[in-house]
This record gives sequence, C-alpha cells and structure tokens, in this order.
Amino acid sequence: MKLSFALLTAIGVAGLAQWASAADITGTVTLNGTPPPEREITPLENDPVCGKMHEGKVFTTFFEVGANKGLGDVVVMLKGVPAKEADPSTPPAVMDQKGCLYVPQIVAIQTGQKLIMKNSDPATVPMHNVHINPTAGPNMEAYSTKISQPQMSGSADLTYSFSAPENFMKFQCDVHPWMFAWVTVVDNPYFAVTDKDGKFTIKNVPPGSYKIVALHRKAAPTGVEKSVDVKDSGASVDFTLEVK
Amino acid sequence: MNDLPNNRWLHRFAVLTALATLALIGIGGLVTSHEAGMSVPDWPTSYGYNMFFFPLSKWWHGGNIFYEHSHRLFASGVGFLTVILMVWLWIAEPRKWMRWLGVAAFLAVVLQGVLGGLRVILFKDQIGIFHATLAQLFFVLTCAIALFTSKWWVGMANTQHAPVLRSLGEGGTCNTVHSPSNLQKIFLGTTILILLQLILGATMRHQHAGLSIRDFPLAYGKLWPATDAASVAHYNQQRVEITNFNPITAFQIELQMVHRIVAVLILCAVAFCAWQAWRKFSWRSPAARLAAFWLGLILCQVALGAATILSDKAADIATAHVLVGALSLATGAMLSIIALRFPQRAVSVSPSPALNLTDAMEAASAGKIPAAR
Repeated sequence: MKLSFALLTAIGVAGLAQWASAADITGTVTLNGTPPPEREITPLENDPVCGKMHEGKVFTTFFEVGANKGLGDVVVMLKGVPAKEADPSTPPAVMDQKGCLYVPQIVAIQTGQKLIMKNSDPATVPMHNVHINPTAGPNMEAYSTKISQPQMSGSADLTYSFSAPENFMKFQCDVHPWMFAWVTVVDNPYFAVTDKDGKFTIKNVPPGSYKIVALHRKAAPTGVEKSVDVKDSGASVDFTLEVK
Repeated sequence: MNDLPNNRWLHRFAVLTALATLALIGIGGLVTSHEAGMSVPDWPTSYGYNMFFFPLSKWWHGGNIFYEHSHRLFASGVGFLTVILMVWLWIAEPRKWMRWLGVAAFLAVVLQGVLGGLRVILFKDQIGIFHATLAQLFFVLTCAIALFTSKWWVGMANTQHAPVLRSLGEGGTCNTVHSPSNLQKIFLGTTILILLQLILGATMRHQHAGLSIRDFPLAYGKLWPATDAASVAHYNQQRVEITNFNPITAFQIELQMVHRIVAVLILCAVAFCAWQAWRKFSWRSPAARLAAFWLGLILCQVALGAATILSDKAADIATAHVLVGALSLATGAMLSIIALRFPQRAVSVSPSPALNLTDAMEAASAGKIPAAR
C-alpha cells in the first residue's frame, strides 16, 4: 500500500514537473509583397443550387492577409522531434462542407488524430463527393479503396486518420470542382495554423532547441525553416514569407 | 465481278453513328473541361445504382455529376449504335474487310468503355489520355465506315476508276494522269501529325493542372518561357486557380510550347495540302474542296486554341477545341484514305470534251465510265 502511494506520488510529481517545464511558442507570420488578386469563384456563383447559398460574390482565399500584413492559413510545426502518434483522447479536427465550400480550407492534424468530415449542406445539394489525394505511401495504401467517398446531405460524418506525415494533402469534391481543402499531417503534437492575423501558438513544447517550419500553400509550399530555443518561459518566433 | 450494292440506309446509319460519336467526344470534352471525370466514383454502377436507373434527382442538378452521367448514358447509346452497325455490316456488306471493320469498331467501342471505367475506378489520369486518343481514332473509324458505304465510294469501287484525286486536263477533259503520290504522303503525314497533336492535347488536359501558360502569343512574356525551378515556383505562386488545383511543372510548360509549335507546323502543312490540291485538281473537285474545308478547320482550331488560353480555359471553348480537333483529324484521315485509294499507276480515262469532275463522278457512280482495271 505504501509502495503504491509512493509510486503514484512520484508519477504525479513527474507529471507536474513536465507540465511545469512545457512552454508555448508564439509568433506571427507576415506576408511581404503584393499577392495576386483573389478570383471570383464564378462556377459556384453560377451553380443553380450552391450559388443560392451565398449572398454576393464568392472569392478564392489563397492569401488571407489580416492586420499588419499577418498571413492566415499558415501551418507552423516543429521539425525533427521524435515522431509520436496522437493519443486516442486527442479531440478530432473537424472540417465541414457548407455552402458548397470546405470550412476551414486549411487543417493540420497529428498522425493518428481523427479528422471528421461533416456535410452541413441542405438536401437541395444532392451530394458531395470527398476525394482525397494522399501522397505518402502508408496513407495511400490505407485509403486505396476509399479515395473517393460520396456524402449525401444529412448522412453520417466521414472519419479520416492518417499514419504518415505529409504536407497539404488535397481534399476535393468531384461534384463541385471549385471545392478544395488541404490537410497537413504532422508526426508530432507541436503544430498550429495561423489565425486571420497571422498569429499562432504551439502549446506545451518542452524546453530545448528545435527547427520550426512555416508552410503556406502559395507563399511557402515547401516551407521556410528557422531555429528556436524554447526556455521555461516559452519562445517567440516570427516569419516573413515572400510573394514576388 | 459483281458490282457492289449501294445500301443507302446502311450508309445513313453509319453517318448517324459517326455523328453520335462526334457528339460523344463533345460530351467527353465537357467532362474533362469541367473536371467532372470523378464525380461518379463507381463504375459500371453510378453511386450503386444501375446506370440506367440512376435517379434523375441525383444527377440532373448534381453539379458535375450531370456531365459524367450524361457521358456514360450517351456512350452507352453509341455502343448500342455500334453493335447494330457491326451486325448490319456483317449481314449486308459483301466486302469481307468491311465486315471485319464493323467488328473492329465494336471491339474499339468496348475497349473504350472499359478504359473509361478503369479511369474512374483506378484513379489513373494516364488512362484518360488513352481514353481520349481512342475516342479520336474511333471517330475516324466510324467516318471511314460511313465513307466506304457511301454511294460515291461504292461507285468508285464498282468502276475501279477513282477519279477524285486525278488531274483534269485543259478544257475539263480527262487525260491520262499520274497518281499524286507525294500528295498522298503529305496528306497522310499531316494527318499523323494532327493525331500526335491530339495526343499532346489529351496529355495536357489530363494533367488536371489548368493552363500551364496563361498568355498568348507569348509565353510568360517571352518567346520561350523560363522553366527553372525558381521560375516555376514563381508561376505557381502567382496562379489563382478556381479549379484545376494541381501545381504546374516545367514539363507541362514545355508540353504546351511543343503543342503550340506543332500547331504552327500543322497549319503550314494543311495550307500546303490545300494549295497543292487546288493546284493539281479542279477547284470543283471533292478533294480540293475537302482540302479547303480542312484548312478552314485548322484556322478555326488555331483561333480556338488561342481563345482557350485567353479565356483561361473556359469549358465550352476548350471543348470546342477538342471537337474541331476531332473533325480535323477525321478530315485528314478521309483525304488520306481517298488519296491512298487512288491507283499508284496511271489511270486512263476516255477523253470526253465535256467531262468535268462532277460529271465524271456521276458517270462513275452510274458505272458509265469504263473501268480501268
């Protein structure tokens, strides 16, 4: 009994110590240069069903530039840390099909983490057809018979989970050819996606020296890499991506 | 030797099959132009339904499903027409090779259907290229069957006269003439060049990357665009796609440049063919007229190619480009067939002061001109 109590205490202390020593990496990604103008998604607007679900014009969202040139939809991740699959208790990421668009269009998940695909569109949209384009071997193998899955309005959610890391796996709807989203699979839990002002926070990073990468599907499709020293108090890293 | 019968209804049915094939190529072009090929992910069923009983409510307003499912239904119709054509040829056609041509058409349409299905279930863009190429060849085959069953062709075969590509002497008389063998080779070579161009075009379309070069007549502002990694990365960064989200590659840029160069070569070659046909034959000859039509098609095709780029690959324009390409190939192929049918050695025709080519053809069709066998 005494031994069990001591063991539990030791585990608790160790856990607290780890918690206490983990810190956040925060930062901002900004865009330098003038991005090409976004384009009106005319096929969506002209679609007799999908077009009615939008008021006004609908534009592409390649460059989400917010306050102080902050760039949204950038995936920031640590590189070179030991690979680790998501704990089963990790909450799933959620992507929805709404107004014949994927929301959000950029998602990052950990290997083993679930990605729930919803279809919130009404029954007037006969169906969506979720077509994934994995490029990493294990992901391709795992989904070889489920690359393209129809999803009717009101039908059950689709659930995805990938075992191999890869950047910007393309999701597309073959019924509505303007519908695209990109999912980045990271093999560690240390990643984030920038908000509309380009800000990000990677939580609970143990102190140490790391490589950190920022990926944007247009401004940095192969990533821009930096070094970061994470102390007990955390660290701050800013990126400036270029558009020429 | 018995004369070949002129089966007017068989010919009309062959023409119908060829026209339906052309329409099917158009619908297939719309499928690719709208990126709709995978909108029905199963085959031969459609979302689990028997294709012919797929509820209208699920595809009529179903975005890209409309194009893909229409393509499947129309393709089934063309397959059905081809089966009838094969059986009809087998029963009614005295020429053995024609009967086998019907069988070849049947096998081709079956293979085409299987290729279309495999493209869907195997997710292979490469199969789409073969599917597109075989569609063009099948169209040529149906046009050829229509030509071979025509009253005009049967008339030629019965007289063994084949005067279409002959020279007519001064005053419209028929003299002993020589086969324009060089012209035969030019017709054939140009037709093969068009086929290669169509394969290039199909390869470009089935990359699903949209336009790799978006300006015309220059390419990224130059006669020959830079294709180094940094330049291609820059092009991709500046692309704002609505559909066709695959990034472009140096290979795709070079492919479009080759397509442009071959287009110029084809234009020159067909213009030369037309000029030669006009120079050697009567203006009223079918060969010269067909060559002129061919040149018109190619000019139209060049304009459509430019419009495809300048419209950022608008689906209807890109599809029209595919259709006129098919017509150009078939026209070249028919001209080549007619030219090759022409005897290699001199053809003697009884002089007749009043005879012009039209008269000669009518006479040949009626079997009044002595056979030069």
